[in-house]
Amino acid sequence: MRFAFSDDQLAFRDAVADLLSKECTPEVVRAAWPDGTDGHGARKGEGARAATERVGAVWSALADMGVLGIAVSEANGGLAMTELDWVLLAEETGRHALPHPFVETACVVAPLLDSIGDADEVLGGLVDGSRQAGTMVLGSTNVAWGDSVTYLVDLNLESGVEGRWLARRVKGGLAVGDGPDSRRTLADSVDAGRHVVRLGAWETGSELATGPDAERAFDRGALATAAQLVGLSSRMLDLTVSYVAERRQFGVPVGSQQAVKHKLADVAMKLRFAAPAVYAAAWSMSGGSPEASRSVSTAKALASDAARLAVANCLQCHGAIGYTVEYDLHLYLKRAEALSRAWGDAAWHRRRVAVTLGI
Amino acid sequence: MDLTWSVDEEAFRVEVRAWLETELAAWRTRHDDQILSGDTTEGFAQHLDWERTLFDGRYAVVSWPEEYGGRAASRWEWLIFEEEYYRAGGPQRVTQNGIFLLAPTVFEFGNPDQQAHILPRMAAARDLWCQGWSEPNAGSDLASLTCRASRDDERGGWVLDGQKTWTTRGAFCDHLFGLFRTDPESTRHKGLTYLLVPLDLDGVTVRGFGRLDGDEGFAEVFFDGAFVPDDALPGGVVLGGVGEGWSVAMATTSSERGLTLRSPGRFCATADRLVDLYRSRSRHAETLDPGLRDRVVQRWMEAEAYRLQTLQTVTDDAEGRSAGAGSSFVKLWWSELDVSLHETALDILGADAELDGPWSKGWQFALSGPIYAGTNEIQRNIAAERVLGLPRK
Repeated sequence: MRFAFSDDQLAFRDAVADLLSKECTPEVVRAAWPDGTDGHGARKGEGARAATERVGAVWSALADMGVLGIAVSEANGGLAMTELDWVLLAEETGRHALPHPFVETACVVAPLLDSIGDADEVLGGLVDGSRQAGTMVLGSTNVAWGDSVTYLVDLNLESGVEGRWLARRVKGGLAVGDGPDSRRTLADSVDAGRHVVRLGAWETGSELATGPDAERAFDRGALATAAQLVGLSSRMLDLTVSYVAERRQFGVPVGSQQAVKHKLADVAMKLRFAAPAVYAAAWSMSGGSPEASRSVSTAKALASDAARLAVANCLQCHGAIGYTVEYDLHLYLKRAEALSRAWGDAAWHRRRVAVTLGI
Repeated sequence: MDLTWSVDEEAFRVEVRAWLETELAAWRTRHDDQILSGDTTEGFAQHLDWERTLFDGRYAVVSWPEEYGGRAASRWEWLIFEEEYYRAGGPQRVTQNGIFLLAPTVFEFGNPDQQAHILPRMAAARDLWCQGWSEPNAGSDLASLTCRASRDDERGGWVLDGQKTWTTRGAFCDHLFGLFRTDPESTRHKGLTYLLVPLDLDGVTVRGFGRLDGDEGFAEVFFDGAFVPDDALPGGVVLGGVGEGWSVAMATTSSERGLTLRSPGRFCATADRLVDLYRSRSRHAETLDPGLRDRVVQRWMEAEAYRLQTLQTVTDDAEGRSAGAGSSFVKLWWSELDVSLHETALDILGADAELDGPWSKGWQFALSGPIYAGTNEIQRNIAAERVLGLPRK
C-alpha cells in the first residue's frame, strides 16, 4: 500500500507545470477568446489581441515535450504512459485553463486509436501536434475547440446508464474534414475560450470500438476532466486566498473575517477529499481494475461538486472585482462550470455508481 | 502508487475478521443479546467486559508496542483492524478517550515510569480515563480555563479547585487527565499544566448528567481543595513539564480531530449499511423521495473519499510529509459525513424514523460530532488560518 506518486511522475508534472506557467499565462488564455464582441455587444476577452500567436505555441510546446503522446505506445511515437502517469499533467492543464482539446486529443482519441488501430492514419498528427481531436459525449452535439479539430469521435451509450458503449467516427456535412473548417461557426458560449461548435449536420461513420474499449475511452475523458477540475479549483482557491489576504475593509483584511474564512475552508476541504479520489481512479484505470469505472465516476462526481463550490465561494469572497472581465477569476470559473457538466455531470456519475452498488 | 494490501496484511485481515466474528457473538451471548449503550451504568459494565475481551485477544491497542499490550501493528494494519471492527458491528470503545486521546500524549511526553504504569493498565481497561478540559466558561475558548492547581510543597502535591464539564463518561471512569492553571498570575496559554488525577480523592465530586440522546454520557467534575499527591501515580501526576500544559495538550488534539479517533472504517461500514437499507426499502419506492438514491450514493462516495484521503495521509506520514493542521479538515469531513449518513437513513425510514432504533440512535449521537473535539466553526478557523494562511482576526 502506498498512496503517493513516484518521483518521476512528480518531476514530469513539475516540468509541465513550469512550461504552462510560462507559456499558458492568463493573457494567453484570454487570447484564445474570439476577438470582437459577443451577441450583446460586450467585449468578451479584454486584452485578447496581445498574445494570439502564443495560443498555438503552447500546443506545439506540449507536443515537443511529448505530452500529446503520453498515452500512446512507443511504436506510434508516444511515451506509453498510464493514466497514473498523466493524471497530474491533466490537472496542470486545468490549473492553467489550457485553451486546447488536451483531454480529447491526448487522453481519449489518441490512446483509443493506438489500441484499436489507426485506420484513418491520424495518430501521428495527434501526437506531433499538427492535428487536434474532438469528441461528442453522451449525446451532446457540442464540440469543444470544434473549429480546429480534424478528427471527431462520438462516444455514447446505446441506451441509458446500463447500455453498451459505442465509439464512432463522425464526418461529413459541416462536421469534420481534414482541415480546420471556417464554416464550423462558433456558438456563443459562456467560456468563449472553449470554441464550442454546435454540429448541425454530420454523418457517423463505422464503429471504431464497442463495449470495454469504448467505455475505457469515455472513462479516460471523465478522469482527465475530473483532474482538470481539481486543478481549476485549486487555481481559483489560490487566487481568492491571495486576494482576501490583501483586500482591506473596515480596517482589516477581509480574509480575517470568519464568514470569508469558512467559505474558503469549505472549498479547500472539498478539494482535499476530491483529489485523492481522482488519483485513486487513475490508479484503478492503469491497473485495469474491474472497479475502474466506479472509481472514475466517484472521482468525476466529487471533482465536479468541489469545482462548483469553488466557483460559488471564490466569486463571492472576491466581491465585485471577481465579477469583472479584467480580473482573471472568470477565465477559470467559466471553464470549471463547463467542465463540471462535460463528460457526465455529478448526478449522471452518481447514477452510474448507484448501478454498481446494486441500487 | 499501489493501492493493494500485501499478503501479510490480507492474512491479518482474515485473522481479525474471524476473531471478531467469534468473540462478538460470544460477548452478545454472555449478555443475553441485550447490549445496552456504553454510556449507561449497566451498559458500561457490558462494554468493559468487551474491552477486556479485546485486551485478552491483544486487539485492544493493536498499534501499541507489545510490552504495553499491543502487537506493534503498522498504521496500515491498524486501518485494516478498524475496517473489520466496524464492518463486524463492533461496539463503541468506552476506553477510547484514554486510548486515542491520552495515550498518544503519554507516548510522547510521559516518563518511563508513567508509561510503564499507565499504558498497560489503560489497555487492559483496569484504569478508565476521562478528559477534563472544558469548563463552564471555557469551551471553544479553552485557553480561558480557570481550574487551579496550587502547589503544596509541604505535603508534596497539588491542591485542585474549580470545575470541569462535558466530561464524557466521567461518571464511569476512575481517572481524569486535564488542564489546570498552575501559575495563578498567568493568563491564556501560559501557566497551564497537564495533570493526571485519580477521581477517588477527597474533595472530588463527579455528577453525571444526561445527553440529548438520553444517555448519562456527560459528567461535571468539581474540585474543592482536592489534594493530589505527587506519588499518586508512579512517575508523578504531571505529564510533560509544569507550565507546559498547553503544548502538551495540543499533541492530543490533533489525534482527536484526526483519523485516530474516527477512522474511515467506521463510516465506510455505515455507508454500506445505508446502501443495504435503501435496497431493503426500495420495494416501497413510490413513497420515497425520488432524490434519495442520489443522496445514498453521495454518502457512499464521501465515505470512500475519506478512506482514500486517509491512505494518502498515512503514506505522507510514513514518508515524513506531515499533515499538520490538515487534521482540522478531517474532523470537519467525518463529523459532517456522520450527520448526513444518518439523516439520509432517517429519510429512507420515513415515518418510522422517530422510533428508537440503531439509525435514530446513531443520528442523535452524530449530532454531537460537529460540536465535540473542537467545534466545526473553530476547525474552519484553524484550517483557514494554518493551512490556507489567511490572517488572524
